[in-house]
Amino acid sequence: MSQTLKPIAEGLWTSEAQPRLIGGRLPSGKIVFPMPTGDAAKELEPYPLSRQGKLWSWTRQDFKPKEPYDGPDQFTPYLLGYVELPGEIIVETRIVDAALEDLCLGMPMEFVVVPFDARRATYAFRPEKQS
Amino acid sequence: MRDVYIIGAGIHTFGRTDGRSGRDQGVYAVREAMADASLEWSDIECAYGGSAAAGNADIMVNELGLTGLPFINVSNGCATGGSALASARNAIAAEEFDIALAVGFDKHPRGAFNAKPAEFGLPEWYGQTGMMLTTQFFALKIQRYMQLYGISRTTLGRVAEKAFRNGEKTDHAWRRSKVDLETILNAPMVNDPLTKYMFCSPAEGAVALILASEKKVKELGADAVKIASVAVRTRPPGSFEVFAPAIDIDNGGKPTVLASNAAFQAAGIGPEDIDVAQLQDTESGAEIMHMAENGFCKDGDQEQWLAEGRTDINGKLPVNTDGGCLACGEPIGASGLRQVYENTVQLRGRGGARQVPGSPKTAYSHVYGAPGLSGVAILER
Repeated sequence: MSQTLKPIAEGLWTSEAQPRLIGGRLPSGKIVFPMPTGDAAKELEPYPLSRQGKLWSWTRQDFKPKEPYDGPDQFTPYLLGYVELPGEIIVETRIVDAALEDLCLGMPMEFVVVPFDARRATYAFRPEKQS
Repeated sequence: MRDVYIIGAGIHTFGRTDGRSGRDQGVYAVREAMADASLEWSDIECAYGGSAAAGNADIMVNELGLTGLPFINVSNGCATGGSALASARNAIAAEEFDIALAVGFDKHPRGAFNAKPAEFGLPEWYGQTGMMLTTQFFALKIQRYMQLYGISRTTLGRVAEKAFRNGEKTDHAWRRSKVDLETILNAPMVNDPLTKYMFCSPAEGAVALILASEKKVKELGADAVKIASVAVRTRPPGSFEVFAPAIDIDNGGKPTVLASNAAFQAAGIGPEDIDVAQLQDTESGAEIMHMAENGFCKDGDQEQWLAEGRTDINGKLPVNTDGGCLACGEPIGASGLRQVYENTVQLRGRGGARQVPGSPKTAYSHVYGAPGLSGVAILER
């Protein structure tokens, strides 16, 4: 289970039962992601981002990237894209539980924490489950 | 400010030249440019140059001669060439010098660029998880654009088909044989919707341009092309750029639009006045989107433009007449100057098999790069 895996980075998402990505909010109300570090973080307060959004764009990574990519040795093409979190920000993300041909502009998406390799977890979005 | 002209243009063939360093290719291009302008190294009064991955430019004085000239290294990513050109032009316009050199060169390893997150102020996880690839950015940008403005995969293919058709006629190009539309569209996918023929590859090459004041042009009787304007701009708020873990929901401006507007305004002409254009085509989608961002057509019109061949060498607005990045490859430090080199060739009427007919009088070049900057140069004959 992804809960037992170590997050790829600290402070990237909350440790709630329903985890959320951690962005930052400027005094102006503007949201940024990821939460900056160092002096750039001074004026920001952490701001957990929405778990739901709409697909803004997408592609599939069909070749194994060079370093700094640190994925499993056995490369499998993966989907990625941008998801617009209404009123907040558009975040870049892995896309899981979907095939390339399923994806379309504006598709409802939801946040999920997924295995990255045998040791670590990363974040992703997947098409929202129709109940 | 006084007018500045290009009086010498030299190039080292793009592609792969094993056994010759990037800087040596730069030296080669400088000598070609000097021969073109009938000048000696001792005539060059100041120099600006650089590369992204092949070292400092000023060391070239070891080969070219220790004349004591000021040689300023430029390190500005994809805008290295454009910034060198802008600086050299300003040095002459400011009346400090009469003859200046702008040189750009590079030599990259094979395969896609692998940028380091820290160099772009980004966290390590962004690179580790495989989201920090230039190819992905281009795919993500054109994917959305295609949905919004009805651009087809066939149109993406036509851009690449044209590039290789033009590259076949270009001495300095790397890819010098035609590739048919069917092959382009059915080639292995790199990042959907872009196949391997729709992407340029990191490469090697060098370009040198010699600039001069009007006084020198007359004195030398040079075959000169006027630099009507040069503009380099960085990104405004809310833009969508390469290496962006997030994008502002308030859709903002684009660095290309800023640079384009500034260059047109300074030149006192508009897109409708341009006879030939070199637009950054790191992949097929980039050329399509840059046609609109630079003001040459409306979003979505590209579908018809490509179908009708309007950007062919014989078309209404020839685009990337030497095959662009797609056929020449991309040595980052040299790429922007290659566009200006090609425009100089076209305005002088020296294009040979790829010469734009009807003696073009105005030429436009546009470069784009990380982390969201753009350089535009307009030349006039």
